[in-house]
Amino acid sequence: MLTLTDADRKQYENIWVVAEVSSGRIQPVTHELIGKARELADASKSQVWTVVMGSGISQMAESLFAYGSDCVIAVDDARLNGIQDEIEANVLVRLIRKYKPEVVLCAATTKGRALIPRVAVKADCGLTADCTGLSIDPENGDLLQTRPAFGGNIMATIRSPKHRPQMATVRPRVMKAPEPDKSRTGKIIKESILDTDADKMKKIIEIFQSKEAAFNLSDARIIISGGRGVKGPEGFELLKRFASKVGGAVGASRAAVDAGWIGYNHQIGQTGQTVQTTLYIACGISGQIQHLVGMQSSDVIVAIDINPDTPMMQMADIAIVGDLFEVIPEILNEIPKL
Amino acid sequence: MKIVVCVKQVPASNDAKIDPVTKRIVREGIKSIMNPFDLYALEEGIRLKEKFGGQVIALSMGPPKAEAVLREALSAGADHAILLSDRAFGGSDTWATSYALAKAIERIGHVDLVICGKQAIDGDTAQVGPGIAAHLDWMQAAGVMEVQVKDSSIIVKRMHEEGHDICQLQLPAVITVVKDINTPRVPTLRGRLAALKYELPVWKPADIGADPEKLGLNGSPTRVVKTQPPDPRQADTIRIEGTPKECARALVHELRLRSLI
Repeated sequence: MLTLTDADRKQYENIWVVAEVSSGRIQPVTHELIGKARELADASKSQVWTVVMGSGISQMAESLFAYGSDCVIAVDDARLNGIQDEIEANVLVRLIRKYKPEVVLCAATTKGRALIPRVAVKADCGLTADCTGLSIDPENGDLLQTRPAFGGNIMATIRSPKHRPQMATVRPRVMKAPEPDKSRTGKIIKESILDTDADKMKKIIEIFQSKEAAFNLSDARIIISGGRGVKGPEGFELLKRFASKVGGAVGASRAAVDAGWIGYNHQIGQTGQTVQTTLYIACGISGQIQHLVGMQSSDVIVAIDINPDTPMMQMADIAIVGDLFEVIPEILNEIPKL
Repeated sequence: MKIVVCVKQVPASNDAKIDPVTKRIVREGIKSIMNPFDLYALEEGIRLKEKFGGQVIALSMGPPKAEAVLREALSAGADHAILLSDRAFGGSDTWATSYALAKAIERIGHVDLVICGKQAIDGDTAQVGPGIAAHLDWMQAAGVMEVQVKDSSIIVKRMHEEGHDICQLQLPAVITVVKDINTPRVPTLRGRLAALKYELPVWKPADIGADPEKLGLNGSPTRVVKTQPPDPRQADTIRIEGTPKECARALVHELRLRSLI
């Protein structure tokens, strides 16, 4: 395959972010990625460019400067509706060849995970999925991409030494979004779809936006989460009461979801959602690594478990040794009315 | 319809540890299974064949022992199975893996539809399905939960964070499927016996006309440079013990101190 010489590689510069656009909005994960891209660009003395593809996105492009983008490439076209992976991939590959970015970051969402592998293959470059750590190797300028492997039991660090751009996806809520700085400005480049980009097109029959499906744990400030120790669907009823008392949402470990006690859209961990809440209360969750990777960047972690020695009890900020079926009702009595 | 279902042999458990001395991944004594998501891909292929006629070909790349998952596919109802196995394929990342599979699909010829599981449980990348579509330059749909065939096209329903969509793709195409799509059947005894007798072809790079520079480690843009156990979260754990009432009081006090409730 096409490998690049040192001289070729030097032509590639700048850190790109592919914006996540859905429901006509730029999604917050884009800001998180721009924040990380800013750090990488500062370390490699380059710029942050964001590519926004969608319908009617031109007005939104400017909002990205505040998060650290120096340049925004806007491709505004009604055909870019998140369904035409084929067109979006062709556009991105063409832009990559034209502007030669050194790094391309994309959100590891349903859409990003379908789109970006197509781009990586067509652009002849390496791609690392679901990175939890990204940094620039000071020795050779390569992007060091760290991701969990084997269900999170091992962290692997990956690089693409001979290919550019170096591409990586990051799940929502893994990186922290920077505070916007409204005084920042930048440059907007407008690009459009060429006929050759749109040689293959899906016919759209229905697009359905559901409030139900949008149930997003990651928006909750407090999560009350249950595992095997919750013992059954009745136990989750107690957790739901707890959550509604504190204005939180209910999460679950894979064990509880696999047992059928609560739906998959509550699952937190490597095969579920990643969350970064202000307060995470783990009830009867032993803390298998694949669960921990989905919640350990929460600000404050509380564990309630009858077994004092589980990994979750060891890593929590506050560990309560007790029977959750006895302790939680008492907590509900203690919490002042909100 | 000529349908290719891609299957992968994966470890049954993710209990991998790093040997503190050799720093290598220790995976001894862990049994191998068919990637669970691929069972749904296989079932969907067999159902489409039963409804519209044609054949299902199970395709895998891996070491010689990966033939076990192909025999499992045959016993569930695949008509044919092909294993890509050679040292030259070893060390392939998702770029090189999807290249080799795409070349094999071209070699099979006249394929209408490729079905893959959403992702493999060992790598969790979800990159090989769209990668195959990219190498073949076919249309793709990832995360499919329902599929119908209409003339020379398919209509697929996909779930995503904001709801779902239904769209129509011209064949040939590549789709990846999620668990909601069906309930895989249990192979029959007769199927198992037939699968045992099947003479399984093993293809080498030359059989699929693959460019050796695009295979294995040579053809893989990515390199794993380091593996290590995850960093433990640093916490000075406050431990609370006592009666349920005492525990509850102490917790609510701590949380109020931090203005969390």
